[in-house]
Amino acid sequence: MAILEVKGVNKRFGGLAALSDVNLSVQESTVHAIIGPNGAGKSTLLNCLVGKLMPDSGSVMFDNQSVLGRKPHEINQMGISRVFQTPEIFGDLTVLENIMIPCFARRDGAFRMHAFEQFANETELIDKSDAILSDVSMTDQRDAHAASLSRGDKRRLEMAMCLVQEPRLLLLDEPTAGMARADTNNTIDLLKEINGKRDITMVIIEHDMHVVFSLAERITVLAQGTPLVEDTPDNIKGNPKVQEAYLGESQN
Amino acid sequence: MLGLNNKDTSLFLVIIVLTILAPVLLNPFPTESTLAQFNAGYPDLMQKFVVFGIFAIGFNILFGLTGYLSFGHAAFLGVGSYSAVWIYKLFTYNVIPALILAVIVSGIFAVLIGYVSLRRSGIYFSILTLAFAQMSFALAYSVLSNPKFNLTNGETGLQIYANDLQLFHREGLPDFPHLFGLSMVSTYKLGVGPWEFQLNVAYYFCAIMMILAFYFAIRLFRSPFGMMLRAIKSNQQRLNYTGLNSRPYMLAAFVVSGMYAGLAGGLLAVTDPLAGAERMQWTASGEVVLMTILGGTGTLIGPVLGAGFIKYFENIFSKINDQVLHQWFTFLPDGIEDVLVAIVHPFIGKGWHLTLGILFMLVVIFLPGGLVEGGQRIARLLRRLSNRDKAADATNVSAE
Repeated sequence: MAILEVKGVNKRFGGLAALSDVNLSVQESTVHAIIGPNGAGKSTLLNCLVGKLMPDSGSVMFDNQSVLGRKPHEINQMGISRVFQTPEIFGDLTVLENIMIPCFARRDGAFRMHAFEQFANETELIDKSDAILSDVSMTDQRDAHAASLSRGDKRRLEMAMCLVQEPRLLLLDEPTAGMARADTNNTIDLLKEINGKRDITMVIIEHDMHVVFSLAERITVLAQGTPLVEDTPDNIKGNPKVQEAYLGESQN
Repeated sequence: MLGLNNKDTSLFLVIIVLTILAPVLLNPFPTESTLAQFNAGYPDLMQKFVVFGIFAIGFNILFGLTGYLSFGHAAFLGVGSYSAVWIYKLFTYNVIPALILAVIVSGIFAVLIGYVSLRRSGIYFSILTLAFAQMSFALAYSVLSNPKFNLTNGETGLQIYANDLQLFHREGLPDFPHLFGLSMVSTYKLGVGPWEFQLNVAYYFCAIMMILAFYFAIRLFRSPFGMMLRAIKSNQQRLNYTGLNSRPYMLAAFVVSGMYAGLAGGLLAVTDPLAGAERMQWTASGEVVLMTILGGTGTLIGPVLGAGFIKYFENIFSKINDQVLHQWFTFLPDGIEDVLVAIVHPFIGKGWHLTLGILFMLVVIFLPGGLVEGGQRIARLLRRLSNRDKAADATNVSAE
């Protein structure tokens, strides 16, 4: 069953057609990668999915409900979490607090005035956060300031923040950009585990083909705002159109 | 204790002890000594310390936690004062209903102003709040004080007249704001040797209010709500993409902060039953920003320190004039004395703003965390020195 259904989405920025007639269907419990050269419209598409941008036309359905016109926090409450290209975390807060915030969002909804409760008494949520921290092996940094983490750790923290919400769909915008090979492999393992154990559908935008072919079950290739082809990784590898538009450049 | 962790409990206890002992601690110089003019332990000034302390604590909930800089907070202060005085005029001099109305009305004002202003962030938010405050000032100063509908009594300010209704005012009750008959103006003078300490009812009433306000602020800082506000300051985008709607959080913070200001405004009318439009002017809004930044933005104790510091300067430094300076430098030869007085002259008396401005600049440049950071640095330095001494002792011992 398709959990995410994008139909005929168009988005123009002035004279530039960032997305033209994009169709995309993501099956539940799969990892779906979107690849394409720079400027192909990958991030624009992602922004349309999370409510950051409003497409000029077309429809985006998540679990048979339209996400268009909804605010980012509403879309998140529907079960879509997003990992950004540059890690977006709460730098002034500790690692634990960073994880606690999505826990509150999950439990209490978009707003609750809990001015008299005590943070320290939320043992259930603290335990849940600690469990996630140990899953991403960050228990040691629990009380560190998030801003002081390395870039790789910030990414892992951001992923943990998304995971603790138990989303149904996780959108990842270049999750391994700027990572060393060892870190990249750790991230791949982590993502595999997320998809397998937690049964979270993932849409992943990635430049690193090693990551894409290790993870993806379906791949959509975008070029100049239009989907060029959608297929399994093996077929994509051999597709001459893709070679020409994208892989060809990087392989030569 | 009271749902606070150990560190906060000790801070809270320190605040309680300091406020209770303030009339003694702020009067270190005997009445007859030449330094007596540096004594700050007189009711009028002490009341200002705690009232503006409340104002700054509330402002810090908005600015310190969420990073939204309101340049119009004095509007709520003024609204609080006007509300309180209206209770005096119409019903009773009892301060409890006056304060309740002050807090409620300022809260309503904050909802309206906050709802509009919070549509923007950064400098635009600041300018919107400033615009609202200046509008409130203009309304209070002229528009709402025409003969047909006189809500604010314009330039003169709202005060109580003999022919006011005062529905529940009875014979035997003081003709001044009172707490169930206990007049706010009554002061017990405690003479100890050459010292004289003034224990004033209004001061202690305001001090209790400040202690309550401080307690509520600690709880709020440590609550999940406080954490959400810090998250807004840190990364509002992430908060939204995490399924939280930042707008109601911001509005709640703005309203709480406005109610603190309203309480402070009401208390100003407790210590002195009149309300003037100048309380809403942008300089008053700017003052609370200075207090908070000077003391330490986002810290619990900082705003109180900042408020005390600025009010002390305003009242004590402004009183030093050339004559006093001549007295101080009288031991120097005449020529040098005159030159010194001429050099110091611009910084004292009416020039206290200049001194305050320079100090503010120094703090912002060298101590971005305000006076609190200054204190922390000194504590760290002392600790390092004592550690070094210990280390030196240890090496001496081992050398022996």
